[in-house]
Amino acid sequence: SSAFVLGPNCCSSVLQTFDKILIANRGEIACRVMKTCKKMGIKTVAVHSDVDSSAVHVKMADEAVCVGPAPTNKSYLNMDAILEAARQTGAQAVHPGYGFLSENKEFARRLAAHGVTFIGPDTHAIQAMGDKIESKLIAKKAKVNTIPGFDGVVKDAEEAVRIAGEIGYPVMIKASAGGGGKGMRIAWNDEETREGFRFSSQEAASSFGDDRLLIEKFIDNPRHIEIQVLADKHGNALWLNERECSIQRRNQKVVEEAPSTFLDPETRCAMGEQAVSLAKAVQYSSAGTVEFLVDSKKNFYFLEMNTRLQVEHPITECITGLDLVQQMIRVAKGYPLQHRQADIPINGWAIESRVYAEDPYKSFGLPSIGRLSQYQEPVNIPAVRVDSGIQEGSDISIYYDPMISKLVTYGSTRAEALQRMEEALDNYVIRGVTHNIPLLREIITHPRFVSGDISTKFLQEVYPEGFKGHQLSDSERWELLATAVALFVAAQLRSQRFLGNLRVSSSQQEQRRWELSVELEKGVHAVTVSRSGSTYAVDLDGKRVDVSSEWNLASALLPVTVNGTQRTVQCLSRSASGEIDLQYLGTSYKLRVLSKLAAALNKHMPEKVPEDTSSILRSPMPGSVVAVSVKAGDTVAEGQEICVIEAMKMQNSMTAAKTAKVKSVHCNAGDTVGEGDLLVELE
Amino acid sequence: MAALKVVRSGSRLLNGFQSLLNNPRKVTCGVAATVTKHPRWYCVSHLSVQERIERKRKAALSGGGQQRIEAQHRRGKLTARERVELLLDPDSFVEYDMFVEHRCSDFGMEADHNKYPGDSVVTGQGRINGRLVYVFSQVKDFTVFGGSLSGAHAQKICKIMDQAMMVGAPVIGLNDSGGARIQEGVESLAGYADIFLRNVMASGVIPQISLIMGPCAGGAVYSPALTDFTFMVKDTSYLFITGPDVVKSVTNEDVTQEELGGAKTHTAVSGVAHKAFENDIDALLNLREFFNFLPLSNKDSAPITECHDPSDRLVPGLDTVVPLETTKAYDMLDIIHGIADEREFFEIMPNYAKNIVVGFARMNGRTVGIVGNQPKVASGCLDINSSVKGARFVRFCDAFNIPIITFVDVPGFLPGTAQEYGGIIRHGAKLLFAFAEATVPKITVITRKAYGGAYDVMSSKHLRGDVNYAWPSAEVAVMGAKGAVQIIFRGKENQAEAEAEYVEKFANPFPAAVRGFVDDIIQPSMTRKRICRDLEVLASKKQANPWKKHANIPL
Repeated sequence: SSAFVLGPNCCSSVLQTFDKILIANRGEIACRVMKTCKKMGIKTVAVHSDVDSSAVHVKMADEAVCVGPAPTNKSYLNMDAILEAARQTGAQAVHPGYGFLSENKEFARRLAAHGVTFIGPDTHAIQAMGDKIESKLIAKKAKVNTIPGFDGVVKDAEEAVRIAGEIGYPVMIKASAGGGGKGMRIAWNDEETREGFRFSSQEAASSFGDDRLLIEKFIDNPRHIEIQVLADKHGNALWLNERECSIQRRNQKVVEEAPSTFLDPETRCAMGEQAVSLAKAVQYSSAGTVEFLVDSKKNFYFLEMNTRLQVEHPITECITGLDLVQQMIRVAKGYPLQHRQADIPINGWAIESRVYAEDPYKSFGLPSIGRLSQYQEPVNIPAVRVDSGIQEGSDISIYYDPMISKLVTYGSTRAEALQRMEEALDNYVIRGVTHNIPLLREIITHPRFVSGDISTKFLQEVYPEGFKGHQLSDSERWELLATAVALFVAAQLRSQRFLGNLRVSSSQQEQRRWELSVELEKGVHAVTVSRSGSTYAVDLDGKRVDVSSEWNLASALLPVTVNGTQRTVQCLSRSASGEIDLQYLGTSYKLRVLSKLAAALNKHMPEKVPEDTSSILRSPMPGSVVAVSVKAGDTVAEGQEICVIEAMKMQNSMTAAKTAKVKSVHCNAGDTVGEGDLLVELE
Repeated sequence: MAALKVVRSGSRLLNGFQSLLNNPRKVTCGVAATVTKHPRWYCVSHLSVQERIERKRKAALSGGGQQRIEAQHRRGKLTARERVELLLDPDSFVEYDMFVEHRCSDFGMEADHNKYPGDSVVTGQGRINGRLVYVFSQVKDFTVFGGSLSGAHAQKICKIMDQAMMVGAPVIGLNDSGGARIQEGVESLAGYADIFLRNVMASGVIPQISLIMGPCAGGAVYSPALTDFTFMVKDTSYLFITGPDVVKSVTNEDVTQEELGGAKTHTAVSGVAHKAFENDIDALLNLREFFNFLPLSNKDSAPITECHDPSDRLVPGLDTVVPLETTKAYDMLDIIHGIADEREFFEIMPNYAKNIVVGFARMNGRTVGIVGNQPKVASGCLDINSSVKGARFVRFCDAFNIPIITFVDVPGFLPGTAQEYGGIIRHGAKLLFAFAEATVPKITVITRKAYGGAYDVMSSKHLRGDVNYAWPSAEVAVMGAKGAVQIIFRGKENQAEAEAEYVEKFANPFPAAVRGFVDDIIQPSMTRKRICRDLEVLASKKQANPWKKHANIPL
């Protein structure tokens, strides 16, 4: 597939489109759009906030304009500044990427008024599809299957409860202007409906400046499958097959694939045709996505239409060979589509993992921030595409989406694509921020995922107690322990090798056998190690494990062969006192290797007592305090809301871990807090 | 096990001797001429010597018996011998003076049950990763005298220090002592002084390291204070001149041992200790790692270890590490970790005077000392504590042939009465003095601000910097734009315009570069590559200061 790596030759037809395009976005999508622009010989203009002035998308562009300070509403959502940037640089068209102003009809309208082409659909299509209530009515008219629900704006929480009662629980409360999971809550009873209404309207107001909400029947346990459409200004429209995006947490996609394992050709065709008919009904032009919920009986219901380039568009590019950004630019210039429906293939299989700066051990991912002290993409593996907008040294800040990259692998079969994904995740070096690679690797190797048995509830069902990292089998445990021990010995030996130092004892011979102890998760194992060349034979609980490697102790990646199996392990840290953190099978493990003597004496070392966490509430992530619901002296019940933290535009309710009196409150509404900051102390 | 091995090999020797003794008649005959009158006495005496050797050795090794060892363990501490074994390579320890006993005869001390073979300290030499080191480990655990320092105890320490000086090898002291042995009176005080003198004589000749692993009070504290590095163990070690009881009676202050002289106090408040570790094992293993950075003596070059990190590695992250706004902070450790081999940095005094960062790293396997202003703390300004911290570190490096790499982002000296009254002029001069007198290779990188006198101080070209670089973000000037404009254009309107002009003229590396005060303006990502190359060139640097008895650093 020519679009897979976005090589220079994929734009075979040399067509005059635009001389210069401004990309009104940041991060990976801005870079992605610029790549195609460069291929098409189009000059690019980046816009950026002040904190982004040395970001990758800025360096990549031919010109860059600062459009304001860090907060998005002052920069990337600042229409005046962006319009001015377009005028100043003479950009003939604007590509909005996704998010920000991509589905803002006002922006499209004002661009048109300035004679700048908006690379996307016409204003009326954005408006019609951007409003969930209106879009549903249009969809119904276009004979698209829709979900039963209330086709109007809900006035207040009590009305929400009444409507929910009529439709029947569970219901979904969502922002009329929403998207991307923001301002969306599911309620199973009246109380949750009231709470959901409150949160959703706050989130909708802060994310979209529009707090209108609607309610519809919540289809339990569905799959999320969407159809990519592409339409021109001449009434032609195509469907470019589906993407399955069922693996989600908090209604945000985590792993996507194309095609779906679930669809048969008939269903695919039916969905594709309905999607095209909806596109035609709103005179859609450009690339767009029609999202459906599909139940276990392959009934599908229209969810919404996204009138923009979708985050997960690369997997469609992989299997169809089309460059969607190029197609959008062509269409925006007014060219008719180059392809017919029969020309659209499904070649092979593509998987996308969204790599986030998040802690997957907290609610499948709470944002984390920091500086990428080391960063290395696994692009040396064939058929791997990484769309990113960051590099080593970049900051992941609280201002923007915490996505690090989209990691896409491709294969002639699903199994091949999955195999490559596993390898790519193991070879992906990310240091300085907490990331979700442990979760991604577990998902793509889980038997249910591998067999295609998934739904939007996959994560909750597979990890009902929350994600706990990879669970080691016995043989994996031995492998991990042996690897740590071998690494320890290799490092010990190296620390005895001084170059050109004549004062090292001449009678000293390199040790060949070691008696050590290795600890993992409170289990202590006595081991003996012997060395021949670069292979260490580790004798562990009566089992022999051979570990060999080049033992390059400076490299972030440690390729090892353990009893004949090749793996890439990452050494995250190594301390003088024997602590070794290894990332193995995606998950990081804390091990400790000590000499036999040190291990025997270690039991005498005093255990330092960690603080009691049930009476202390700390911020689980960096963000800002939206509201504090208690004051010192109040009595709170277990589970009662104490305060609300907003991070990356998501509001998170912090609750009491026990029933107790509030001892002291350490934060105020409006404060910015870091991860681990003390918020409230209970007695 | 090392100590046990000594016994084993020792007893093998003794076995040979014993077989000789098992034929007493022959022996008796051989020397009959001289001891004909007491042949029987002669044989018995030799047998009893043999027994006594074994008995004493056993007593010395048993560390006061299983009960005392267990009591020590219950306190979360290891015994003196266990510490030595963990610190040194397996089987490498050679013990001296196991048979030394105290010589006090007052207060009933002469009684046999008050004498312990080896007295209250274990001394000897051994190896750390194959390299020679002398060690003493005080034994607070088993004598009734609480590991107090007797004349004999001091004599044992002096013996290994003298030998360490002669062969040129570091001395590590594992301190855990109850202080002076009161029963011995002035003899104990003399013992301290003998050690102090040797500490001073050895200073700058061999590295001296103290690890405080228990209480260390009174006169005892001055030996660690005279050594190059003092490390502590958290929660179990204390250093103070007088304990909480005396403090209470003299100043009426209520203070705990921990508050008065615990690891936290000395690593964060007083600056007496250079680092603290979690427990005995953590401390000893870290000490092994630390030892690998040091040369054995001032006649040896800094060690070079096998290195897997390419010396020409580019560090792209450094190109964005300095924020565009000059008032915004960043972490100097990001730069240090970025350029060092394998991102490894052994920081000295990480919790004290945090506006300056000092510590050891390796560049292409070679030990270097790194000094950097820390913009994250107090904008990286120089004050009294940071000047003293930096100066002592620079002097250690210079004394022991360790090249110094300095990262400069300094807005100047900290103003204020607290600083002036405290003597910032005198203390700031120490850092200036230390950089100026240093003759080891000196490489300086100006990452951002290098303002005023602080620019001169921070290993500038004018103080014989060998290679001085500026990053494109460097601003070498007398002061920041705002202050400068207020002075140059006092009373004039249009200050903003004047400020812009000043920034254009001075807030960049050119004024220094055109004068040759920086040798080159380099891309930050190239810094590691350039420094590694420079260090190779400078390895053969020879520079000497004029002859003097010693310099007169403003103490």
